[in-house]
Amino acid sequence: MTYNLETAQHPERLRRVAIDPVSRVEGHGKVTILLDEQNKVHQVRLHIVEFRGFEKFIQGRPYWEVPVMVQRLCGICPVSHHLAASKALDVIVGAKRLTPAAEKLRRLMHYGQMLQSHALHFFHLCSPDLLFGFDSDVTKRNIVGVAMEHPETAKRGVLLRKFGQEVIRVTAGKRVHGTGAVPGGVNKSLTIAERDELLKDIYHIVQWSRDAVHLIQKVHTQDPGLYNSFGIFRSNFMSIVGHNGDLDFYHGTLRARDENGKMIFDHVDYQQYDQYIEEEVRSWSYMKFPFFKSIGKEHGWYKVGPLARVQNCDQISTPFAEHERKEFVDYAGGTPMHAPLAYHWTRMIEMLHAAEVIKDLLHDDDLLSDNLMVEGERQMEGVGVIEAPRGTLFHHYRVDENDLITMANLIVSTTNNNQAMNEAVRHVARRYLHGREVTEGLLNHIEVAIRAFDPCLSCATHALGKMPLAVELVDPEGLVVHSLSRA
Amino acid sequence: MTQTFTLDGKTVPFEDGQTIMQAATKAGVFIPHLCYHPEFKPHGSCKLCTVKVNGRQTASCTMRAMPGMVVESDTEEINAERRALTQMLFVEGNHFCPSCEKSGNCQLQATAYHLGMMSPHFDHFFPNRAVDASHPEVLLDFNRCILCSLCVRASRDVDGKNVFALSGRGIKTHLIVNAKSGRLGDTDFTLADKAAQVCPVGVILVKRKGFSVPIGERTYDKAPIAATVEGR
Repeated sequence: MTYNLETAQHPERLRRVAIDPVSRVEGHGKVTILLDEQNKVHQVRLHIVEFRGFEKFIQGRPYWEVPVMVQRLCGICPVSHHLAASKALDVIVGAKRLTPAAEKLRRLMHYGQMLQSHALHFFHLCSPDLLFGFDSDVTKRNIVGVAMEHPETAKRGVLLRKFGQEVIRVTAGKRVHGTGAVPGGVNKSLTIAERDELLKDIYHIVQWSRDAVHLIQKVHTQDPGLYNSFGIFRSNFMSIVGHNGDLDFYHGTLRARDENGKMIFDHVDYQQYDQYIEEEVRSWSYMKFPFFKSIGKEHGWYKVGPLARVQNCDQISTPFAEHERKEFVDYAGGTPMHAPLAYHWTRMIEMLHAAEVIKDLLHDDDLLSDNLMVEGERQMEGVGVIEAPRGTLFHHYRVDENDLITMANLIVSTTNNNQAMNEAVRHVARRYLHGREVTEGLLNHIEVAIRAFDPCLSCATHALGKMPLAVELVDPEGLVVHSLSRA
Repeated sequence: MTQTFTLDGKTVPFEDGQTIMQAATKAGVFIPHLCYHPEFKPHGSCKLCTVKVNGRQTASCTMRAMPGMVVESDTEEINAERRALTQMLFVEGNHFCPSCEKSGNCQLQATAYHLGMMSPHFDHFFPNRAVDASHPEVLLDFNRCILCSLCVRASRDVDGKNVFALSGRGIKTHLIVNAKSGRLGDTDFTLADKAAQVCPVGVILVKRKGFSVPIGERTYDKAPIAATVEGR
């Protein structure tokens, strides 16, 4: 848990290599590496170079508009923002408990999204690295190459994603950026025809998800030297867990463990998240760096997402995914697995769980009910938390007496992984680049480490006016003549 | 004997005193419009209902039908001009359909689809207009006002309240609330007013009801605006 390689002592004498943009991730980011004449690595940074600012510009808007507006943060997992915002606004409208139909319909929408997003990441973005090798022929290392060499795998990737998108369409009205959830409930239930259409396909979706777990398990266990150590760093981890400690993507309480699996906190009501988590801003990235307050910013950072969730929960409620979780925990040897490439394995276990939950929900007649809305005593402030495909997602709003938003704070999944991703790329840079001639294949190793986290960079940057800014006037000899800074 | 004129080659009957718009609507022919409403005196300001009568352009909502008129409406030339007018309306205000609760029920959006508008074409003005949330039941989002004046006419002519007015001139024309504070909460406006029901875009909104109608069941999900003839 150190910040080694974050800032070189004498950057002016070093050569800069940039991976810009990082490819096969969501959003826009770059990696900069500073090397000396012997190609020794002195600095590695993952920069998020786009700025979104949603926290600022939803201020002054009516609260009921927010779940539809903020989902435009993202085109891959908009449902996460749609639902996290809706959950926060459920608190605002006093909807302490949704109707069974509303909660199940939202859950169906969300698990459809987990399925499609995990399928997209594994098959479209990462399978080229995993099936062909990290430094394989760059012209083949893409989804078209996978379709040529492994057509059945590529086809399943496309169809798994399509099924997830259809689940979203019938619950939200559109595959991308729908309107299903509203503060206090949902605006539609399923028709019998919609439900039956999904039921036709769900059984082979479950089977294909099982096959995907076995595929990545095989890839991982066949090369433990690489998969157990590539980009490895040890850290705390956090997620929400459902009641009884179940893996739950939609609702639960916050639980965090240290690098050895020891509980840091548990059963934390996420309405109080800001008593446990704080965010730091650094001058070189638009993305903030969250950490646990009780531990401090140097050692209190953590990771989120599938690797954290699957190891943080006590069990998974669906049988096939629970079996695969046990296999994973056994393989890890009873202690937390920290290898970034293990994210892929746990992500496929989660995809299987999502498929099984969708199957169970489709047999529940509550999905056809018209009892969709509740309301109660109006509140001024609310927090909504959900486990998005990439990790824990926080939405926090304050609303004035005229129904307008006065404050918004979003801690987006990828933001939670900011320090973790930086640690992973620094480890890879030290292990693979240090002292060597830089090649495309070696640079792809850096990208492989980033991709393991499935970052969504476009979701993660909203800190308007909080950036520490430093301006330096430097003379031709490199001496600083004048400097100004905003801490 | 019934009097008639031709509209895009089709014979359209009319009665004395009817406008081209009224006769066309009765005959089931849609002419795009925004400021026209069958329950109110025509205003003739949006110019979207412009047609050619015997080769000369005029607003069909204000032009009386005359026997033997040759009216052109659904032509490439006129629709291109209507499209340009619609694009100008989009860039003058802040019309962000993706997060607007009126989406799917909005006459401006539906008209843009009808006219095949694929982009705003012109540079956005991005005006800085505040929201008025002072009324307990109704929100005013001035960002989306197209100055059709339907709320002005409804409040004045039906409700007898004069809650709304257009102020300023030319490009600076804007909707105001007739109260010393300029806030809707300081007027006697109510949800039952006719003015609360006539906004063709997303300015006058019932609070806390946004997005309660699912995609697929909104007005223009069910049928495009031309199929409704009256456009609402």
